[in-house]
Amino acid sequence: MGRAAIWMWAGLWIWLALGLSLSGCSKDRQPTTQTGNKLSGKIVLTGSSTVAPLASEMAKRFEALHPGVRVDVQTGGSSRGIADTRQGLADVGMVSRSLKRNETDLMAFPVARDGIGIIVHEDNALSQLNVDQVAAIYTGKVTNWATVGGSNAPITVINKAEGRSTLELFLQHFRLKNSEIRAHVVIGDNEQGVKTVAGNPHAIGYVSIGTAESDAEHGVPIKLLPLDGTEATTNTVADGSYPLSRVLHFVTKEEPTGLSKAFIEYARSSAVHPIIEVQSFVAMAP
Amino acid sequence: MSRWRRDKILLWALRSCACLAGTLLFLIVLFLFIEAAPALSNIAFTHFITDTGWHPVEGLYNLSPMLMGTLWATLGALLVATPLGVLSAVFCHYYAPPAVATPYRRLIELLAGIPSVVYGFWGLVMVVPFIAQYQPPGASLLAGIIVLTLMILPTIALIADASFANVPSHYLHSAAALGLSRWTTVAQIILPTAKPGLITAIVLATGRAIGETMAVLMVCGNVVNAPQSVFEPIRTLTANIALEMAYAVGNHRAALFVSGLALLIMIVALIILAERANGHRQHA
Amino acid sequence: MRDALAVSRSKNHLATAVVWTVAIVVSASFLLLISNIVWEGMGQISWTFLTDTPRNAGREGGIAPILVSTLLILAVCIAVSVPIGLGAAILLAEYSSDQHRFGRFIRRSLDVLAGMPSIIIGLFGNAFFCITLGLGFSILSGGLTLACMVLPIFIRAAEEGFRAVPDAYRHNAAALGLSQVTTLYHVLLPVALPAVVVGLILGIGRALAETAALIFTSGYVDRMPGSLLDSGRALSVHIFDLSMNVPGGERNAYGAALVLLILLLTINLMTHWIMRRFFRSRSVSP
Repeated sequence: MGRAAIWMWAGLWIWLALGLSLSGCSKDRQPTTQTGNKLSGKIVLTGSSTVAPLASEMAKRFEALHPGVRVDVQTGGSSRGIADTRQGLADVGMVSRSLKRNETDLMAFPVARDGIGIIVHEDNALSQLNVDQVAAIYTGKVTNWATVGGSNAPITVINKAEGRSTLELFLQHFRLKNSEIRAHVVIGDNEQGVKTVAGNPHAIGYVSIGTAESDAEHGVPIKLLPLDGTEATTNTVADGSYPLSRVLHFVTKEEPTGLSKAFIEYARSSAVHPIIEVQSFVAMAP
Repeated sequence: MSRWRRDKILLWALRSCACLAGTLLFLIVLFLFIEAAPALSNIAFTHFITDTGWHPVEGLYNLSPMLMGTLWATLGALLVATPLGVLSAVFCHYYAPPAVATPYRRLIELLAGIPSVVYGFWGLVMVVPFIAQYQPPGASLLAGIIVLTLMILPTIALIADASFANVPSHYLHSAAALGLSRWTTVAQIILPTAKPGLITAIVLATGRAIGETMAVLMVCGNVVNAPQSVFEPIRTLTANIALEMAYAVGNHRAALFVSGLALLIMIVALIILAERANGHRQHA
Repeated sequence: MRDALAVSRSKNHLATAVVWTVAIVVSASFLLLISNIVWEGMGQISWTFLTDTPRNAGREGGIAPILVSTLLILAVCIAVSVPIGLGAAILLAEYSSDQHRFGRFIRRSLDVLAGMPSIIIGLFGNAFFCITLGLGFSILSGGLTLACMVLPIFIRAAEEGFRAVPDAYRHNAAALGLSQVTTLYHVLLPVALPAVVVGLILGIGRALAETAALIFTSGYVDRMPGSLLDSGRALSVHIFDLSMNVPGGERNAYGAALVLLILLLTINLMTHWIMRRFFRSRSVSP
């Protein structure tokens, strides 16, 4: 074994050396320079899949305004956005909820408001559900649409995968624990939820109202159900009457500077309100 | 530079390349352990098999339903694909006229190269809605088995085909001289002779089915569930990693690396099992 | 005796029927699959599809940046795996016998590596290249991760190629007093080249088909990459994303799937051609 062990160590050392030299090259990958008014360089955003489409659109406009700037947007969920920002993997994190008590080391910048809406297929006869009914459906106490006033068909319950803030807020609002939920399909992104409901007339799911509304406008056969008598639309989210809403944030590790600062300022300016509206989110009051 | 010196440098360069390639496996295992370490040290091992479910955010880390999911999907696909694959190869070698056998073989070769994401995509748009007509929601163990079967069938058929080609031709001549019927020849002579090759085929197919990620992720529904019937959704170990990895932090992320380790152990067990079955024959 | 013969004969007929049925069922289901993808994909593929950027989350527009990212990822993968793989293959074939412990150790570890599920390699790639080395989600990380997958395949094929070179070549070269470097470069390499190329093509085929190892190494960004440190979406990841996460993305997913199939078919045909041209007696099993 002696020889083989020596070779193995040698190999691992070569890997280490190669690795170090590679990471050395990558260390200076973010030359965010600012000479006068001219911005250049690259920033990386990671986090919530709800915020990501909005951030991408903002990034495209921002890049168009400042040639030489590159803004990369990666999806990965709110907790990931926070972790990446802390570790320095991302310059700006995207979070689709308020910061938790143990996350106050980060700086948060509200960007827009969004609600979480219950969606069913367009052909579903049902017109509304109350909180108890939703909870009963999600815990498996109600398994047929007929029980809650729909047609006689088994309900397909769609839940989100562990680690998404949409899931956390949903559970919080309906006072459920994820271990109580009896799901038939588990999905990742909002769009996947919309897609699964659109493909199954008996499915029920919950997604970002922004995503659902803009998809419904583009002809995807889904509809948002009112929650406790309040319509789930961007208007009710805007006036605060919709009960299940949240604020979408950008977070940074320290006081943002340079390119990050410029981008966050741009994202909070009224210049992006049309983008926010097109994406069916609600702009923050100035 | 003297030529001896150059030869020496060459040898050392080659050795370093080989070293890199040879230690890659250990580097991979090392990193899996490093990343899994927080979970392995913070969470008692029994949690991974006795917790009431997989809810890492609530501190529940039971991997066994996903282990079962992987096993059921693999077993189901093997049960269907093995007879179909072996009979396909039998067809190619002993039943089909040459004009049919060649295109058939080309078709199977083509299929072996189709990426899993395409199988998954096809399963998602064709198989899942089809099953949903009878037993909603459609995304289920059955859909997973169908897609996996399609994926591993070409692997089994191609290797079985190659091992039939290695059956000495005088066996066939002797069988013909004895007046044995075609099926008797195949069942009594060909299959037993080609057995080591067939076992290799099944082992490789099993490895492929266990390790498959995208296709099962797309069609299985991904609910952590010990299935009671084939129409229920399941989540496999691989799908668990792919689905949650991007969103996981802290212990959750480490627990996913533990899923990876579990998968690794399954694959290594399979390789050891295969070597036992085949004696110390070198496999291709 | 006559009864036994009759039984055996009817068994034989039954078996023939079963074998033919299996063949017909298998080929029919696969033809269904392929024709479905070709039929639906044909309508999507056009020159603009190949040269346009994806718009509206990929529902519209083309796949140009995705093709570029895919090619860059492959290029990184080849650039890394060819030199290391060639070196390892030459060492295994020329400098270590079967009894040699070092050689046996490497061969064995490569065999296990070849059977490793791609998702595990993806996990490793994420932990090692993206985070430890700080390359982030990038084309470089993706290509390096794929190189880990391709290495065992390539080394095996290349090693076979060098082993197949008759010893007479080596003896003659030694008798002429050629140095080992010269022998390798001018005698062995040219003869072994077709096998090396076949190994490379098999590896490329595997890399091109890979999805799981790329989703958390090269990422999801569907824009034209500006450098190797940018995230880039591979073709297979694009198919996955369109079919899972984009309502109404199926049509372009069919198009992208057909493009991928055509690329793989080309690679398959190239392998066949080289095999037939240079090694008449051997058959291919990818």
